[in-house]
Amino acid sequence: MNKIFKILMPVFALMSTTTTAFAQEGGGLDAAINTGFAAATGWFVNFIFAPFPGTSFPWIVMWLVIAASVFSLYFIFVQFRLFGHAISLVKGDYSDPNDAGEVSHFQALATALSGTVGLGNIAGVAVAVGIGGPGATFWMILAGLLGMASKFTECTLGVKYRNEYEDGTVSGGPMYYISKGFTERGLPGGKFLAILFSVFCILGALGGGNMFQANQAHAQIAGIVGDYPGWITGIIFAGVVFAVIVGGIKSIANVTEKVVPFMGVLYVGAALVILIMNADQIGWAFGQIFEGAFTGLGVAGGFVGALIQGFKRAAFSNEAGVGSAAIAHSAVRTKEPVTEGVVSLLEPFIDTVVICTMTALVIIITGQLTVNPETGNYIVEGGKIVTATGVSGVALTSAAFESAFSWFPYVLALAVILFAFSTMLSWSYYGLKAWTYMFGESKGAELTFKVIFCIFIIIGAAASLGPVIDFSDAAIFAMAVVNITGLYFLMPIVKRELNSYMARLKSGEIKKFSDQAGKSAAE
Amino acid sequence: MSATLIVGLDGTESGNRALAYAKKLANLIGGCELLVVYVIEWSPYTFQTAEENSQRHKRREEEISMAMERVIDPAVTSLKADGINARGIVRHGDVAELIDAVAVEEKAEQIIVARSSEGGFVKRVFGTATANLVMHASVPVTVVG
Repeated sequence: MNKIFKILMPVFALMSTTTTAFAQEGGGLDAAINTGFAAATGWFVNFIFAPFPGTSFPWIVMWLVIAASVFSLYFIFVQFRLFGHAISLVKGDYSDPNDAGEVSHFQALATALSGTVGLGNIAGVAVAVGIGGPGATFWMILAGLLGMASKFTECTLGVKYRNEYEDGTVSGGPMYYISKGFTERGLPGGKFLAILFSVFCILGALGGGNMFQANQAHAQIAGIVGDYPGWITGIIFAGVVFAVIVGGIKSIANVTEKVVPFMGVLYVGAALVILIMNADQIGWAFGQIFEGAFTGLGVAGGFVGALIQGFKRAAFSNEAGVGSAAIAHSAVRTKEPVTEGVVSLLEPFIDTVVICTMTALVIIITGQLTVNPETGNYIVEGGKIVTATGVSGVALTSAAFESAFSWFPYVLALAVILFAFSTMLSWSYYGLKAWTYMFGESKGAELTFKVIFCIFIIIGAAASLGPVIDFSDAAIFAMAVVNITGLYFLMPIVKRELNSYMARLKSGEIKKFSDQAGKSAAE
Repeated sequence: MSATLIVGLDGTESGNRALAYAKKLANLIGGCELLVVYVIEWSPYTFQTAEENSQRHKRREEEISMAMERVIDPAVTSLKADGINARGIVRHGDVAELIDAVAVEEKAEQIIVARSSEGGFVKRVFGTATANLVMHASVPVTVVG
């Protein structure tokens, strides 16, 4: 391991010199990179986020929502039918005691959630209600509920077609199920789509799953301690991530994986306390959400404006249909791929229907959005609702919580930093799996990707590379274009698996292990 | 019908004392079987990274073979050398819960464990594995000091 550190130290030293040069040149080099990158990738970003003609509705959002609706109908609203069963699986009721020590359903769900719960739930929701008004919340919840079916489909396939190696490790995800599933169904182009997905996944991992997170984490720290060069944050973050993913220092990851759920619970807990403190206004807030969903209550673009913002936020936050969760969930050692799909449908529910809705309700109830007392409509300026403190994004969420707990912004800042770190760890794995799919499972290939990943953390934190971030977001959604195309062709396989599983569950062939233990004890 | 005695080991010196006592007891009773149990502390509700999850099966196999090699096999070999009928198992989970479950499964007469080696904060908050076993065991338990 010392050898690796010796080789990589000069790389980091070089990076710090380069980023210092960026800072010293007063953004000249930054601007040049931005312009060059924007020119090279602008067409791709514009294509992915292009609106339908005559509207401002990005087609990619519609693509995700239509897919979620198709899967919901095709699997006859599996997200509602098997919601209780999903909780039963997570509790371990159906887990074979002889498999103790393997990855549990709870662990796979928690790991996948730590990759999606993050900035989107805190800042993204504030942006959505800041532009689309309270009505955006209604569409966000609807899209979250539909997205549960997309997660079910992709995660079932993730487990069914994963690779299990002789040494006991596993690799899974859309690249595996697209290539194997297409071959099984005799469809052409599987390998091509799998490689295309892998390329987008690597770009998404380096961008949205890395640079964007590093950038926002730095912005949070700078907001508390005052402005300072981003490369310092970058080096620290890169060093810690390097220690975890290359150095194998599990204790850091273990601490993060324990603290992140705690922060999530603290966040939801604080939101609940605020809602209880303002219990008399909850009815009014839901009234605003329903009314705003269909009238817009004066927001720019009316109800369509609210709908776009709500759909967009849900899709961007829970990543249903993107394919990333399928990579995370494929590690579970279950004999029934459907069980993992069922468990994964809880993910958009927790991420969007619970956490995002909490954020939205707190913003609405604490009166952050200003209303014209005469018309009852929201006061809109420049396409955005005027807020009580004049801020938007993460600062709006912070202001909403601060109105009840003055100390909360510090907790929130810490939460954002930790969420960013845990999202980076998750995406380093997703990117790595795509990388090894293309370049082979070897130590050398793995190390190369991990080092590149760490270098991009420094770049992400050091420079405000707007076009690069736009490109990264576009790459994550491009993953959804390929993944959902694959899902449409492979959904009959999932249906067959689901029907067989449901029949065996109904006939009693698949039973709760707790019941079996009870019976044998009675005998 | 021969009696089965369960010996819970934790790979420490105190575990060896429990084994020595069980051996003595087995000789006194005569014709009984000793089942040596080693439990790897594990919970399905911990938080892990995606990479740890992907390697979990491999790690589990390694943990089991290491426990067999370092704790169970030497104990079983020494018992057999002394003419005692013995076998060993390794399980993942909660120590107290699993030793009791194995005792019930095997219809054992008694469980023999060492005084707990845990201490400090964990002991104060959660109690020790031995204390939990003594409180909830379905068969008599002998704690060796």
